[in-house]
Amino acid sequence: MRNSFVGAAVERREDLRFLRGRGEYVDDLAPRGLLHAVILRSAVAHGRLRAIDFSAALEIPGVHAVITAKDMPGGPPIIPMRLQPLPDFKPYEQPVIAADKVRYVGEPVAVVLADSPAIAEDALEAITVDIEALPAVTTRAAATKGDSLLFGPNSGNVALTFRAACGDAAAAFERAPYRRRESFRTQRHFGLTMEPRGLLAEWDAARGILRVFGAAKVLFFNRRILAKQIGLPEDAIDMVENDVGGGFGARGEFYPEDFLIPFAARHIGRPVKWIEDRRENLMAMNHAREAEAEIEIACARDGTILGLRGHTYTDMGAYMRTNGAVGSRNVAQFMSGPYRIPNIDVDVTLFMTNKTPVGTYRGPGRFETDFFRERLFDMVAKDLGIDRVDFRRRNLVAESEMPYAIATINPFESKDQFDSGDYQITLDRCLTEFGWDEKSKLQGRLIDGRYHGIALGCFIEGGAAGPKESARLALNGDGSVTVYMGSSAVGQGVETVFAQIAADALEIPMDRIREVLHGSTAHVSDGYGAYHSRSVVMGGSALLDAAEKFRSAIRIAAANRLGCDAAAVKLGEETVSGPDGRSLKLAELAGISAEGAFLNKKHTYTYGAHAAHVTVDPKTGRVQVIDYVAVEDVGRIINPKTLKGQVIGSLVQGLGGAFMEHLVYDDQGQLLTGSLMDYLLPTASDFPNLRSVTLEMKPSPINPLGAKGAGEGGIIAAGGVMANAVANALGSLGVEPRELPLSPPRVWALVNAAK
Amino acid sequence: MKLPVFEYACPATLSEAVALLASHDGDAKAIAGGQSLVPMLAFRVASPSLLVDLRKLPGLDQIRITESGVSLGALVRWRDILDDARLRHAHPLIAAAVKHVAHYQIRNRGTVGGSVAHADPAAEMPGVVVTCEATIAVTGKSGARVIPADSFFQGALTTALAPDEIITEIRFPAWPAGRRFGFEEFALRRGDFALAAAAVFYDQDAGGRAANAHVGVIGVGDRPVRLATVEAALDGARVDAAAIARAAAAASAAVDPQDDIHASAAYRRSLVGTMVERALLSASA
Amino acid sequence: MTTRFDVNGKPVEVTVEPRMTLADCLRHVLRLTGTHVGCEHGVCGACTVLVDGAAVRSCLMLAVQADGRQVTTVEGLSNDDDLTPLQKSFRKHHALQCGFCTPGMITTAHALLTEEPDCDADRVREVLSGNICRCTGYISIVEAVLDARSAYRKPGGGAA
Repeated sequence: MRNSFVGAAVERREDLRFLRGRGEYVDDLAPRGLLHAVILRSAVAHGRLRAIDFSAALEIPGVHAVITAKDMPGGPPIIPMRLQPLPDFKPYEQPVIAADKVRYVGEPVAVVLADSPAIAEDALEAITVDIEALPAVTTRAAATKGDSLLFGPNSGNVALTFRAACGDAAAAFERAPYRRRESFRTQRHFGLTMEPRGLLAEWDAARGILRVFGAAKVLFFNRRILAKQIGLPEDAIDMVENDVGGGFGARGEFYPEDFLIPFAARHIGRPVKWIEDRRENLMAMNHAREAEAEIEIACARDGTILGLRGHTYTDMGAYMRTNGAVGSRNVAQFMSGPYRIPNIDVDVTLFMTNKTPVGTYRGPGRFETDFFRERLFDMVAKDLGIDRVDFRRRNLVAESEMPYAIATINPFESKDQFDSGDYQITLDRCLTEFGWDEKSKLQGRLIDGRYHGIALGCFIEGGAAGPKESARLALNGDGSVTVYMGSSAVGQGVETVFAQIAADALEIPMDRIREVLHGSTAHVSDGYGAYHSRSVVMGGSALLDAAEKFRSAIRIAAANRLGCDAAAVKLGEETVSGPDGRSLKLAELAGISAEGAFLNKKHTYTYGAHAAHVTVDPKTGRVQVIDYVAVEDVGRIINPKTLKGQVIGSLVQGLGGAFMEHLVYDDQGQLLTGSLMDYLLPTASDFPNLRSVTLEMKPSPINPLGAKGAGEGGIIAAGGVMANAVANALGSLGVEPRELPLSPPRVWALVNAAK
Repeated sequence: MKLPVFEYACPATLSEAVALLASHDGDAKAIAGGQSLVPMLAFRVASPSLLVDLRKLPGLDQIRITESGVSLGALVRWRDILDDARLRHAHPLIAAAVKHVAHYQIRNRGTVGGSVAHADPAAEMPGVVVTCEATIAVTGKSGARVIPADSFFQGALTTALAPDEIITEIRFPAWPAGRRFGFEEFALRRGDFALAAAAVFYDQDAGGRAANAHVGVIGVGDRPVRLATVEAALDGARVDAAAIARAAAAASAAVDPQDDIHASAAYRRSLVGTMVERALLSASA
Repeated sequence: MTTRFDVNGKPVEVTVEPRMTLADCLRHVLRLTGTHVGCEHGVCGACTVLVDGAAVRSCLMLAVQADGRQVTTVEGLSNDDDLTPLQKSFRKHHALQCGFCTPGMITTAHALLTEEPDCDADRVREVLSGNICRCTGYISIVEAVLDARSAYRKPGGGAA
């Protein structure tokens, strides 16, 4: 019985409770003595916080306390960055609550504790906040001009510029026979999750233990921060991962509330629960994707790309969040995508504005930069009279060049390389599945009042960020095995996928895996979590290591009892036996536990191609996706069902970003898209015609599973492919989209401007 | 987004309901399906001291079809309209418009009376009411009266209703067989409020020319409006491609929409022309 | 105010403020936490329950408005022994990932299939447009609902 579960479309175990409404999300918890927290948030985008008067709020029956920065001796703690924590970013890190200034609409100003969320919200209306408004910085021009400084007088509004470089771009451009320069923009949107954020904190004063429920994504890291901020040893804090209603990069980073709610619980001596409502979520969960590019490409006449250079800019919002620099860095470092560009000089400037702070959202920086690049490619192919498919083919990195080093990012000396892949395979497969040759006949044609356009794009998706992940296996009294993972669940099916991997590694039936417990700090000694599509690679590989150690431990224990060498012990599904035929039930060895780990410094690179067919109604601007084919090679497929779910789900998010999702601010820094009536998410009617093909052609050489991270590919290519499809549809009108989203009014405006 | 505090009453008779609304000095609000009111409470942009639930009031949930027309009781839900097979012939424009209203779950609770009283500038039913010259029967502390459509809607979320008045019925004139009609709406997603929509109908004289043209639009102003210049362009004409193009142009020229975060004024202006054009194409087919 | 209604076939009596929504009453007073709250302004559909058999947004209904009604939540459409045909279909088609929108999808799909066991894909998409999912991209959900039609075409089909 070998490898029978990995690769199989096993139905998910977690479904059994989700389908019955028996999931346990943080708002489902209701310990005795619970108080509810509601956050008073700044309604002003930029100002000096002069005074907070909450005396009237305390008079309201059921209100227990109002907490402000004044309750934090030494001032409110500052949230450190988790990734790329460069000294340049320090001035821009966020205090857990506003003390002397407010810098974005939605910034926490006070925390109200009451008997119910409704009463706490009533109390908000009774709190007077005196803010001396300052001019709001909402554009790059205003930020760089610096008349109004968010962190003045010592710091400007520009935090840092990263530079991605390789080769000699200046020389390449000098000698290039063809160059084209363009500007592009992507809009602010974010990884809105169906379950808003929430936390429940319980302080057990007698034992000195703090338990925090509702944690997600990077629990161990968050525990480390919280311990320092709140003055407790790490092992006095339990971060518990309950069921989580989506992550997408946005949930789980250390937010102000991750300090405020535990602080409140200790302050008041009772359990405190905070559940974000949707209005808050729109202004308080990390925003993303707002970027501009002014880039230039240099080519030979035959379409060979000689160089890429330019400046990009990312609007970071008011503070540098724990992972805020990731998307920005990726915009620069991954602009070349899967293509061979030997001379690169692209920088990315991170600037601060009075808007909600920015963090990662699925495929951070990659969605934006793919759009910039693929748009430019179609423009160039047209200029040079080269077929857009051939142009890409000619420039794709070849398998013979693997591992292929991409541009180095400075500061932070971040080097990276593609691990394995044959990018022609996925391109070919995509074109075949899509029917490219046949569909090309429709390019640009006006049929029944609609223009038809087809487009393609190639992409890479980085995964498997290190440095480490842990897994533990324990043998239960009935002979079943419990799996403990440092990986976090955000909806991607870890309880099933890890059970598949464990069952195969232990050579036992899947139903002998009692359960997979994940995320919480109690489960393993040193976990890392779910980000950068790492769970299968990092968690799965740690699980393989744990399985080996576990089997070894069983052999040793059995050998003792059976009086033979460990090497001679045979492991069966329910028993272990020695060379003389004596055997033991596994259950008799209950209590054995082994922890494994996987250390990794290299990323995996899933890769693929998308092709799409759209129609555009020039009178309304409506774009309809007639067919969309997404092909990717993920190295090793653990569960084809859950993998397809990731691709389609990711793709629909990408299409939402391409067409409709937009966080809009006015020039006073007021968030105008304050509800789901205004922040538009894709629904079941919008994109029914999507197809996904997943391959396992080129395993990754950097982990024992051969797997690559696969949760983000769908989203990465969507913006570029859609924009090119619209451009191609409207080619006869000379329309060249340079900005997202391609909402109907914007497409209409492009059509009309071209007339 | 928890609701603010309010008192709640669920009277059994219309006169009780009116008395309750009158008693709170303008600070009481009627609630039926709640599909528009409850979100306003959740965002605390409305904070009435008393909600008067209309659900027990008898006789307000009937769809009556007679020779003189169609009468929708105020508590008739969207779902009831879609389920009523008679309406497809008795008043196909109502049926066509209601298909665009919101979503499945909302249609199980939302009422025509509620929609008309709420008067969202982009809502379908107010648009149909105005286009069809319906009348709105209301009862208040001063008794019952009937308000014509063209004076009912006074602005965004603003109507001619006094704070103590409750809509009881919406009455549509009879719909003759052979009448041509069309309803076209453009929303960013299915079920969203219209960025623009057009409801049109006309009868035909013996020579096949349009007569009695009615053209109403929503989403391009603070209330639904009929476009007199477009109607005038259609009356007496054969509704062919040229006439439709003229009508569409007249529609765009007749409106004065505003910019907002979803669409520019220019877009809405163009869109309403396209909606009128497509509605007329559908009507004349 | 005291309100009496049926939940999942059992009579309940609750005393709540008029301002409490049916969603919050189900979740926090009756501790039926299967119904989820995703927006509180009637857009996302995660809170969908059945009231007298009709799918409604429980975040837009006051608990006191449920007086005298029959309310069915996702728990009432489930049993301990086995998954229902609809649930099996969801699982088979991988029509859920994080599970947060799922109860609303189940109740809405159940209402639709009960009323229209012959609905087609367009109708399913139309009806489900009132339920937002961020994880699946919907295609698998539509497939699951279509695949469950056969169970609802039988007499008593679809019952929990």
